[in-house]
Amino acid sequence: MTTPTPITPQQLDGPEHHDVVENAIELKEVEGLSQGRIVLRRFLRHRGAMASAFVLLCVVVLATTSIGWGPIPGWWKYTPTDLSPIVNSGGAPTLSFSGGITIGEHPFGQDNIGKDVFALVMRGTQQSLTVMVIIGLLASAIGIAIGASAGFFRGRLDNLLMRFTDMVITIPVIMVGAILGAWVGGANPVTLALALAAVSWTSMARLVRGEFLSLREREFVDAARVAGASNGRIMFKHILPNAVGVIIVNATLLMAAAILLETALSYLGFGIAFPDVSLGNLINEYQTAFATRPWLFWWPGLFIVTIALCINFIGDGLRDAFDPRQRRIPTRRALARASRRAERKSGVPATAGA
Amino acid sequence: MVTSEKSLAPAPAAATAAPAAQAPRRRSLSASAPTLTFIGRRLLSSAIVLLGATFIVYMLLAYALDPLEDLYASSAPNKEQLIEARIRALDLDTPPVIRYFKWLAGVLGYLIGRGTLGQSWVTNQEVTDLLASAIPSTVQLVGGATVLAVVLGITVGIASALRQYTGFDYSVTFMSFVLYSLPSFWVAVLLKLWGAIGFNDFLADPTLSTAMIVFLSVLAGLIWQVLIGGDLRRRLITFATSALSTGVVIFAVLESGWLLDPSLGMVGIAVLGAGAAVGLTAMTTGLHNRRALLSSLTVVAIGVALWFPLQYLFVVPGFNGLWVLGLGVLSVVVGLVVGRLYGGPDYGQSMRNAAITAFVVAGLIFVDRIMQVWKPYSDSSYINGRPIATIGSQTPGLNGDYWVESLDRFTHLILPTIALILISFASYTRYSRASLLEVMNQDYIRTARAKGLPERVVTVRHAFRNALIPLATIIPLDIAALFGGAIITERIFSWSGMGSLFIHSLGARDADPIMGYFLVVGTLLVLANIVVDFVYAALDPRIRVNA
Repeated sequence: MTTPTPITPQQLDGPEHHDVVENAIELKEVEGLSQGRIVLRRFLRHRGAMASAFVLLCVVVLATTSIGWGPIPGWWKYTPTDLSPIVNSGGAPTLSFSGGITIGEHPFGQDNIGKDVFALVMRGTQQSLTVMVIIGLLASAIGIAIGASAGFFRGRLDNLLMRFTDMVITIPVIMVGAILGAWVGGANPVTLALALAAVSWTSMARLVRGEFLSLREREFVDAARVAGASNGRIMFKHILPNAVGVIIVNATLLMAAAILLETALSYLGFGIAFPDVSLGNLINEYQTAFATRPWLFWWPGLFIVTIALCINFIGDGLRDAFDPRQRRIPTRRALARASRRAERKSGVPATAGA
Repeated sequence: MVTSEKSLAPAPAAATAAPAAQAPRRRSLSASAPTLTFIGRRLLSSAIVLLGATFIVYMLLAYALDPLEDLYASSAPNKEQLIEARIRALDLDTPPVIRYFKWLAGVLGYLIGRGTLGQSWVTNQEVTDLLASAIPSTVQLVGGATVLAVVLGITVGIASALRQYTGFDYSVTFMSFVLYSLPSFWVAVLLKLWGAIGFNDFLADPTLSTAMIVFLSVLAGLIWQVLIGGDLRRRLITFATSALSTGVVIFAVLESGWLLDPSLGMVGIAVLGAGAAVGLTAMTTGLHNRRALLSSLTVVAIGVALWFPLQYLFVVPGFNGLWVLGLGVLSVVVGLVVGRLYGGPDYGQSMRNAAITAFVVAGLIFVDRIMQVWKPYSDSSYINGRPIATIGSQTPGLNGDYWVESLDRFTHLILPTIALILISFASYTRYSRASLLEVMNQDYIRTARAKGLPERVVTVRHAFRNALIPLATIIPLDIAALFGGAIITERIFSWSGMGSLFIHSLGARDADPIMGYFLVVGTLLVLANIVVDFVYAALDPRIRVNA
């Protein structure tokens, strides 16, 4: 492993050689960094994930500041309930990109009674984001608690908890979501989010249990136990940090699924309901108007897709960042450059990857 | 890496690896004592899980739905009496837990032959009747979409894995992320807008501008050159050929009015069939395997020769779906026989190829026959030249022979099917890509290459089959989920399947049909999980079923 392997030009064609060069570069770069720093570096370097994070940040900032959050007023002149005279023909969007960006009075247009679609969509985005974050955090917490106890204590408790998980998994999420939505129907988004979180923790529980089952056999757990650590300390201080990669990645995927679930339920009428606004019920309300006022239908959908897509990409970036086997894939040109460099120094032994 | 996402992935604990000192490895599952114990234990624990799940759902429904809601709001003079009557009729004074056991007793009654799933209190229909009409409709809708999504998804995923880190791979990855993030209700409404209204308008005047044709041709060229790959020269040639041929085909289709009165005819079937035969042979055995190639081509010739006589068979009175099924099976049998007759050392391969080709040719003949009724169908007064339907599962009042009704069903199926494919296709792509990449890094692939096998054989015979194993474990679960219907898609396209049964009952605060719905879905899911364990153990010799 530590024997230096000189790279001969003949080796340069094989894929193994690329591994060697890549590993060497990678190892040199991360020398002396903590695991967290390495993950952060890799994440920051993931272009898709960074772009998505930026877009998502913009959406969040736009949604929270424009129409205000709770009692805090926003900078946008309309609220979702304001009725104003229809300015453009039929309330068409005033946003235009011809000859510079003109925002106009109602950039996303107006609906048939004069409500400002921008304000509506922003309000819907706020609600959907709230639901998404609550589901993501709460479902992860429940899943971690159940998975960790099952995986750590094994035996009868494990059996019990996992059979319970199986029961919840057997019920299709959209079905139990609709039932819960009908129950708390018309309630505020927080209640809906709490209800949905109570059924979407199952995949997290299974994953965390798997991680705990394998991690609890490791030497550092024995060491902690010999040192007199309590069960709780071993679970949360020793094992959990090692499972954090799986957890974070799954939590992001959970959030992406959560926003789609919430909008779907609101669309079906079992989620957030009138007079409250969500991206899903905006689409439901306006779907009959797509032939005459397509913008009423376009914008909410676009925001759902943007949010879900960004979160999926961030999740992908996180997965790559946490995966130790993952290497950056160099382009053909970068590879050619690396091999030229290696060729020039072919006398000098290059370090083989560990 | 993607495999870990699926929450329904088979529990690894269920099929544990046995200790080293166990009985010799069994690949086929003979009904030996450990296997029987395993089945018994699995069935028992599944029954408990199902019992618990139905209990949870029943309790949720009991508290979520208030059947008295409309009466509380009513202004009828005898409101009190009505409420009293309904409480008595629905047994609402009994605590929900006891009502659950009454319901369960009804279900378990089926064991002694006189069970009941209850009835809808709104319409007084038996739940079994509701399910009996909803299930076939859902299977028709979701079944085809699932099969297509699996086939397409695996194909694209495999192609993307074989072209890892190319433009094609990145585009597929990006596309699958986009598809993951699409809300199904949004896609479905967009499809109605473009697919139905837009395409029907286009059919009224099927012409495209030159710029559009050029754009489509260039697009096709780009896709093909990325897919086939190679060096710059080869890419340019691919691009030019495919762009040119796409342009010519589009032009010819538009000019000849083929879209309004489509048909394949003998020539079309011969050309497409021969293409399928050659393509399939090139992919599976290589063209140098003359026996495989010739047996496939022979089958195509048989199909073309039978085209004309078949046209008379297709119009005999009483021709129906069973005939079609029988002819399809017959075609496969003919393929197998032809492949066997060509003989040779590797006749199994010839038989497989010939059977697949025969099936494709039979499909082409079927499509050709359906196309023949396209023009009368779309000109009929029920359709009025707008053939792509957006609502329901058939045109009311349309009376035609088997072919017209099939076509009518297809035009109703096409949009929901596309919507369902778009949604579920991405996960199969990701699975098959990840799985094939994993397999391609295995030592036995290196061994196969080192033996000097051509890359095609390595991919098709060694890698592809093993890459399908993990997929075989998710497909049973999807088939089980299929019976649950597509709640959103069914609603948008007004399809009266399981999904709309659920949604309607939920809206009407009608608990028993929902319990019936869940009983079907839950039972199938639980059974599918058991099947998955066995499929996995049967396919992967490293996993052993062990009680």
